[in-house]
Amino acid sequence: MTKIDTTDPDNVPPTPSHTVGPFYGYALPFRGGEDIAPVGHPDTVTVHGYVYDGAGRPLPDALLEVWGPDPEGRVPTADGSMRRDPASGGFLGRNGVEFTGFGRIQTDANGHWYARTLRPGARGRNAPYLSVCVFARGLLVHLFTRIYLPDDETVLAGDPLLSRLDAGRRDTLIAGDEGDGTYRFDIRLQGEGETVFLEFQ
Amino acid sequence: MTDALTQADIDQEIAAEHAAYEKRVADGGPVEHHPRRDYAPYRSSLLRHPEQPPVAIDVSRDPELVELSSPAFGERDITGIDNDLTRQHSGEPVGERITVSGRLLDRGGRPVRGQLVEIWQANSAGRYAHQREQHDAPLDPNFTGVGRTLTDADGFYRFTTIQPGPYPWRNHVNAWRPAHIHFSVFGSAFTQRLVTQMYFPNDPLFPYDPILQSVTDDAARQRLVATYDHGLSVPEFSLGYHWDIVLDGPRATRMEEGR
Ligand SMILES: [Fe+3]
Repeated sequence: MTKIDTTDPDNVPPTPSHTVGPFYGYALPFRGGEDIAPVGHPDTVTVHGYVYDGAGRPLPDALLEVWGPDPEGRVPTADGSMRRDPASGGFLGRNGVEFTGFGRIQTDANGHWYARTLRPGARGRNAPYLSVCVFARGLLVHLFTRIYLPDDETVLAGDPLLSRLDAGRRDTLIAGDEGDGTYRFDIRLQGEGETVFLEFQ
Repeated sequence: MTDALTQADIDQEIAAEHAAYEKRVADGGPVEHHPRRDYAPYRSSLLRHPEQPPVAIDVSRDPELVELSSPAFGERDITGIDNDLTRQHSGEPVGERITVSGRLLDRGGRPVRGQLVEIWQANSAGRYAHQREQHDAPLDPNFTGVGRTLTDADGFYRFTTIQPGPYPWRNHVNAWRPAHIHFSVFGSAFTQRLVTQMYFPNDPLFPYDPILQSVTDDAARQRLVATYDHGLSVPEFSLGYHWDIVLDGPRATRMEEGR
C-alpha cells in the first residue's frame, strides 16, 4: 500500500498526520533550539509565553517550531540549526554568526517556552510576524499560528490576515510588549481566548 | 474516571466515529485524509483541540508568505551514522534489524530533495529511552532509537534500525500501541510540515488502537503501513520495509523544475 503511484500527478494522496506523542523529548529538541539569533545581534528579540489546554492548564509537553525572516524580511537560506559534532555524535549548536531562522522549543515543566530570534522584517503586504507550528501529545494534527509584534499599529492594521479577524480573536495573534525587546505570547489550544490557528490552502 | 474505560468502550467509540465518517462521505462530504483533532477515543485530544475552525489562508494570493519557504538543513546537521540506529553505541542493540526506506514526495508526486527526515522509536522490548516513560520493559544500553537523514536527489531516505516492540499506554485499561516508528519531515514549504507514525504490516493491534483509528478513512489509514520489500532486505543482515511519504499542504506556486 505504501509504494505511492505517481503516474497520475492529480491523484497522489497525502500521508496522514499523527500526534508527536509524549516521548519525543530525547529525539526532536536540540541544543540551542531556542537561541535562533546570532550571538550578540542588536536586532534580537525574546518571545516567550505559556501553552494552555482547554482547562487552562499549561502543557509541560508541547513542542513549538518557530520560522521567520530576517530583519530585512529575507527568507533565511542557511542550514546549520542542528549542527552535529562528528566526534561525539551530539549536537554542536549553531555557529554563532549565521541566521537559520528556524528554532524548536519544548515547553518546560511549567508549560513555559522562550525563543530568542531576530526581529522579523515585513514581507510584501504582511505585517512582520514569526510563523509557529505547535505539536503536542493529544494533538493529532499540528497547529499553525503566527506571532505578530505590536510595534506599529498602522502596519498591523494593513495586514491581510489580521484585518479579516474580529478584534477579540485578532488580539490572540499579537504579542504583548514587555519592554527591552521582550514580548509575551501565550497559546491557548481551546476555549476562552482560543488562539487563532491557520490553515493554508 | 479514565481508569474504568475498557477496550470494549473504546472499540464502540472507534466504530461510531468510523460510521459517522462513512455517513459524511455518503452525504457528499470530502475524503478526510487526516485525523480530526477532536477524536474522543484518543482521550488526550479532549482538551487539546481548538473549538474554533481554523482561519484559511489562500497562499496563491500571496507568494511572499514566509510559510511558503522552509528551513534549510544540510550536511552540517547530519553525522555519517545518523541514519543507522544500530551503530550509535559500542555494542549491538537487541532485536531484529530492519531497513526502512522510501521516497519523500509532494502532492504532485515530485520528490522533495535534500530535506530533513527525523525518526524516533521504542526499542525491541517496547521501551523508549525517555525519562518519563514508565513501561517497565528493559532499556537497551546499545539503542537510543533516534535517527535523522537528508533525502537524496530522488527524494529517497534510508534508515537501518531495530524492529520496535509494541508498548502499553494509559488511554484505557489494556491499551497497547501497535509497533511504530515516529517520523518528522520537512517539505519545500513550512506549510508541508508533517509529523506522523509508520506501522508494520499485519499487526494484530491495529483495530484496537485509537491513534491509528483516528484516521477514519480506510485507504488513508493503509498509507501509514509500510510494505515488506524483499528487495530492500539485506542478505544476512536485515529485513526491508518500504514506506513512501506524501506531504500535504500547498507549496510555492512559482515554476519549479520538472519531476
Ligand atoms: Fe510511540
